[in-house]
Amino acid sequence: MIKATPKPLEEIIDFVKDYNKILVAGCDGCVTVCEAGGMKEAKVLGSALRLYYTQAGKDHEVVETTITRQCDKEYLEELKDMMENADAVVSIACGCGIQYLTENYPKKVVFPGVDTHFMGINADRGLFEERCAGCGQCVLGTTGGICPIARCSKRMLNGPCGGSEAGKCEISKDTPCGWHLIYERLETLGQMNRFLEPVDPKNWRSSRDGGPRVIIREDLRKAEPQHGSAH
Amino acid sequence: MRLQYPTHIHIIKVPCSGRVDLIHILMAVEQGADGVFVAGCLEGDCHYMHGNLFARKRVERAKEILEKTGVGKDRVEMYNLSAGQGSRWAEICREFDERIMKLGPSPIRLAHEKKAA
Ligand code: SF4
Ligand code: SF4
Repeated sequence: MIKATPKPLEEIIDFVKDYNKILVAGCDGCVTVCEAGGMKEAKVLGSALRLYYTQAGKDHEVVETTITRQCDKEYLEELKDMMENADAVVSIACGCGIQYLTENYPKKVVFPGVDTHFMGINADRGLFEERCAGCGQCVLGTTGGICPIARCSKRMLNGPCGGSEAGKCEISKDTPCGWHLIYERLETLGQMNRFLEPVDPKNWRSSRDGGPRVIIREDLRKAEPQHGSAH
Repeated sequence: MRLQYPTHIHIIKVPCSGRVDLIHILMAVEQGADGVFVAGCLEGDCHYMHGNLFARKRVERAKEILEKTGVGKDRVEMYNLSAGQGSRWAEICREFDERIMKLGPSPIRLAHEKKAA
């Protein structure tokens, strides 16, 4: 799921200090799981903002809520009344949610309350690790299920490079070398022949290099597609 | 033991200090408490393993939030003591009370009182 962390409180206070009717909008999706933007975090941020306004002697009305997902229009519609009543909104959904909220309420000022980082896993409570970089053309089938794009610092398709030492990447002794992991896994699987032939360059147009991406799934769509061709 | 401690300290009992969440501390301050302290068991002695260690981290977060919102970090504190340390309890209460008296009333309480007047 998407991993985010709360923005420093002073940054959020700076965003909203000149407004007085604030909606803190959380999301019950990914950001609840990584404890950055769920109801608990919305309540804490709301409380912190009230403390700030109260001690500063400023009139204020701060309310908190969450919706099922901020990346879906039908849930965003549930916010209609609260949005109307707010001068400014702090969204603590991921960057996708914040933007979709903004798109659906174009007249409202929306500020981000979290920093969105990556797609990753919950290795432990409070420990999140990146696993997929959304390259749009998954190669896990030939790399022993370990992603060379997200887990090799150089996104190499034919690794490891000369910077791999004792299983660690040259960027830091705390970073496992993705290709070392792939090597070990392929050895376990008896698929070492993978290393005999170099893999062809990847078509990066399906990644971020091709610009903002759109997916059209004709099989899922009800109406005629409205977008241009998919990458 | 007949130990004396300030009577204006309100005690909220919880099964473990780990039950105290960040929002509980903030809500107490929001509602006008001049200071809040969390008293947990001695570190290493938690019946639920990590409860008092979590509590300490939450108190640290509360301090950070109170500092950044202008309320002041010293209005919140974490203490550790065992159930058998009655005299230490009285001492902590007096110590914390003294600290809060020095800080004076919380700006939040003053703002509430001003509004009500
Ligand atoms: S808005 Fe972001 S955090 Fe919320 S469900 Fe959608 S992707 Fe996950
Ligand atoms: S190869 Fe691409 S799609 Fe597959 S895990 Fe890696 S980044 Fe994600």
